[in-house]
Amino acid sequence: MTRLRRRRGYEGVAVCVPVTVPYVRYSTRSAHWWIGRAVRALLDASGLQKADLDGLTISSFSLTPDTAVGVTQHLGLSPRWLDHLPNGGASGVMALRRAARAVQAGDADIVACVAADTNHVDSFRLMLGSFSAFARDATYPYGSGGPNAIFAFITANYMARFGARREDFGRVCVDQRTNALAYGSRVFRKPLTLEEYLAGRPIAEPIHLFDCVMPCAGAEAFLVMCEQRARDLGLAHAVVRGAIERHNAYSDDPIFERGGWRVDREDLYAMADAQPADIDFLQAYDDYPVIPMVQIEDLGFCDKGDAPAFVRAHRLTHDGSFPLNTSGGQLSTGQAGAAGGFLGMVEAIRQLTDAAPGRQVARRAMPPDTNEPARLGLVGGFGMVTYDRCLCTGAAILGRAA
Amino acid sequence: MTMPLMRPPRKNPVLRTRQMNLPPWARSRVAMGLTVAAAEGRFALQVCEACGAVQYPPREACHACVSPRLQWRPQSGEGRLIAATTLHHSNDLFFRERLPWRLGLVHLDCGSSLMVHLHGDVRQPGQRVRVTARLDRAGRAVVIALPDPETPHMNDDPMLREMGCDPKFRKVLVTDGKSEVGQALVRALVKAGADIIWVGHAEPWKKMPGFDDIADLPQVTLVPLDVTDGRAVEQVGGALGGKVDIVVHNAEVHRTYGIGARRGTDVARLEMDVNYFGLLRLAQAFGPALRARAADGAAHAVAWVNLLSIYALANFPPHGTYSASKAAAHSLAQCLRAEMRPAGIRVVNVFPGPIDEAWNQNLPPPKLTPEAVANAIVKALRDGTEDVYPGDVAQEWLERWRDDPRVLERELAAGGGS
Repeated sequence: MTRLRRRRGYEGVAVCVPVTVPYVRYSTRSAHWWIGRAVRALLDASGLQKADLDGLTISSFSLTPDTAVGVTQHLGLSPRWLDHLPNGGASGVMALRRAARAVQAGDADIVACVAADTNHVDSFRLMLGSFSAFARDATYPYGSGGPNAIFAFITANYMARFGARREDFGRVCVDQRTNALAYGSRVFRKPLTLEEYLAGRPIAEPIHLFDCVMPCAGAEAFLVMCEQRARDLGLAHAVVRGAIERHNAYSDDPIFERGGWRVDREDLYAMADAQPADIDFLQAYDDYPVIPMVQIEDLGFCDKGDAPAFVRAHRLTHDGSFPLNTSGGQLSTGQAGAAGGFLGMVEAIRQLTDAAPGRQVARRAMPPDTNEPARLGLVGGFGMVTYDRCLCTGAAILGRAA
Repeated sequence: MTMPLMRPPRKNPVLRTRQMNLPPWARSRVAMGLTVAAAEGRFALQVCEACGAVQYPPREACHACVSPRLQWRPQSGEGRLIAATTLHHSNDLFFRERLPWRLGLVHLDCGSSLMVHLHGDVRQPGQRVRVTARLDRAGRAVVIALPDPETPHMNDDPMLREMGCDPKFRKVLVTDGKSEVGQALVRALVKAGADIIWVGHAEPWKKMPGFDDIADLPQVTLVPLDVTDGRAVEQVGGALGGKVDIVVHNAEVHRTYGIGARRGTDVARLEMDVNYFGLLRLAQAFGPALRARAADGAAHAVAWVNLLSIYALANFPPHGTYSASKAAAHSLAQCLRAEMRPAGIRVVNVFPGPIDEAWNQNLPPPKLTPEAVANAIVKALRDGTEDVYPGDVAQEWLERWRDDPRVLERELAAGGGS
C-alpha cells in the first residue's frame, strides 16, 4: 500500500498507571460507579489531582443513556479533550491511539483512558437484543444465544479448514487459567485441567463451557502522557512503539477466517522497527479461544492455518515459550464489558514496568537463565460483533522505557 | 431424515397449560420488508438498483456503492451451508423451552452470508441448501435453510412446524360448512390430517347438496352456529373455545349490486351482520381461548383464518355493498391480528378473486373453484403465510393496487373491473 505521506510514529508517548478495579460477577452499581472507582484509583496511584486530567476517553456499554461527556459532570472533571469509545474489545488500542495523538499534538497533556461496565443479573440478556441494528434484525431472533452462535460458526469453520481440535483451544484456556491464578483473578480461583476443559458442557457446539467468557462487572484504566511528563512525575511507564487499527476488513469473506490485523501488520512492525520474533508476549483479545489463534496468525507469529500447530508447540503461560494473555485473559478473569478491551493493554503496561509480580515475562530472545524482563509486548484488540463477525481490529506494540 | 409426526399424546389435565413465550420480535423498520414478503410466502432481499448488489442484513444504503436505492426483490435462496451449530443455551425463553436448537451460516450464491434456522435434514457444512423466509411465532420473518432437494416428511420437522400452522393433528372450527367453499374446506382439512373438524352450520332447514356427505366424515362434528346470533356464538365459544386450534371463518353473505339498484339497507345490513359483526362476535368468543392455548402441547392453538375478498382492497361497484362489508371485515381482521400476535396466534387473511358460485354468476372467468380456495387456505396454513391472494384476478388486482390504489379505484369506477 502506497501512501502520500509516511505515517507519523508514536515517539515520545508514555503509557502508565495501569489500574484494575477488581471484578465481581454481578454488581448493583451503575457503570458510573465503576468509572469513578477507576478514576479515583488513577489519581491515587499517580499522585495527580483531578484538574491534571485534561483528556478523557470512556469505553462502556452500560453507561447508557450517558456518554463520555456525562461522566465529566458526574465526576466533576473538566477536560479539554474527550472521546467516547464504546468499541468493546478494540477499545484499549483505539483509546491508546487517540490519546497518544492528542498528547503528541498538545491537545491534552494527560489523558485518562477508562473502560468500565457494570453487570446486573439481567443486563447481559437485555444488551444482546439491542446490541446493534443488525443483531436485532438478523442474529438475536435466531436462538438468542448472543455471540456464542456466531463464534460457534467461526470455530467450527476454523476447525474444518485448518484442522484445529478442541484440545488446541483447550491449551489456550488451560494455560491462560494458570496465568490467571498467578495474577490473582477474583472470578476464577481454581486451576483448569485439559480433561475438565474437554468435559465442559456444550453451549453452542463446538463451543463448550470453558470456551465462553463470564460476563462480570469491573473497570480497567491507564494514563497516556508524554514521556518527559511521566519521567517528571516519577511514573513507571511503557512507550508506544506502534499501533494500528482497521474496521470491517475482508467484508467479502463469507465467514471470518482472517482479521484486519493482516491488512496493517507490516505498518505495525515497521513503526516499531521490530519483527514478530522480537515480541516477548502477546496480549490477544480472547472472547473465544479461536480468536487468539487467529491473532497469532494474522499478527505474523505463524502462517494462516498454523496456529493449531503453534499452540501445540508452545507453552502459553507467563513462563512459557510464548506467553499469551499473562493475566489470564477474559477467559479466566471474566469479561467486564468494554473493560475486556483494556485488559491486555493494562497487563502489557504492567509487564513492561515490573508491575507483574509472580508472572513477569522474560525476554524471549535471551537464554532462559538470563532472566531479563520482557522488552516488547503486543496487544491485540478485536471488538463489536454487530452481525456475523467482529468489525474492529487493532494492535499496539508497547516497549519498555529506555 | 425427518421422523413423521405422531399423534400427540392426550393432554395431562393435572399439569398447568404451558404459556406462550414469543421469540424476539423487535426489528428495525427497514427489516420489516423481509416480513412483508414472507407473509405472502416470498423470500425477498434488498437489491441495489444502482449496482445490483444484494444486501443482508437489511440496511438503508448499499454496502457496495452506498446508493440509497434499495428495493426488495425475490431471491432463489440457493446457497451453501458454511457452518452449523447446535445451541444448548439461550438467553431467550422461547428458545430455552425448545433446546437443543440448530442454527447455520449460509453463504448465498448471490454473495450474502445469512444466519438461519436449520432444518433437521440439513446436516453437513458444504451441503447445498435452499434458504427461504418464514414467519416465526412472533409473526416476524426469519430465514431458514431447507434441504435441497426436498426430503420425506420434511414438513414435520419441529423447527419448521414452529414456523407454520400445519392442520395435521389439529382441531379446526369452520364456520358455515354448508357453502361450496365450506364443504371444500372441510374436505381439504381432512386430507391435510386435521384431527377434529367442527363444522358450523346455520339455518338447518336449508339443505345443500353434498353436505350430508360432509356430515358423514369421521373427523366431522356438526355444530349449529349462526354468527349473527351473539348468544349462540358465545355458547359455542364456551363449549369449544378451549379445544379449537384453528378457526376458519368462512361464513359470508354475498349479494350483488351497489347503492342505486336496491332500496333500503336490509341487504347491506345482513352482509355487515355476517361478514363484519360475525367476525367480531366470533373473535370475542374464541379469541381469548385461542390466545391462552398458544403453547398447549405439540398441536397447540395456532391460527385464525378469515375468508375476505379482493374487493376488500378496493370497492368493486357491481358488488358495492359486499365490497364495503369485506373492507370492514379486513379492517377488523387487522385489529384481530394485532391482538393475537402477542400470543403467537397467526391471523391469515385470504383475499380471493371471484369464486365460481351463484352470486358471481354474471362475472366473466377466470373464477376460482371452491376447491382452489380451500387448497390455498390449507397451503397457507402449512407454509405459515399470512396474506393470501388466490387466483389470477386477485393477483392482478393486488399488483394494480400496489402500483397505485388511486388509479385502481378510478379504473374500477370506469367499469374496468375483473
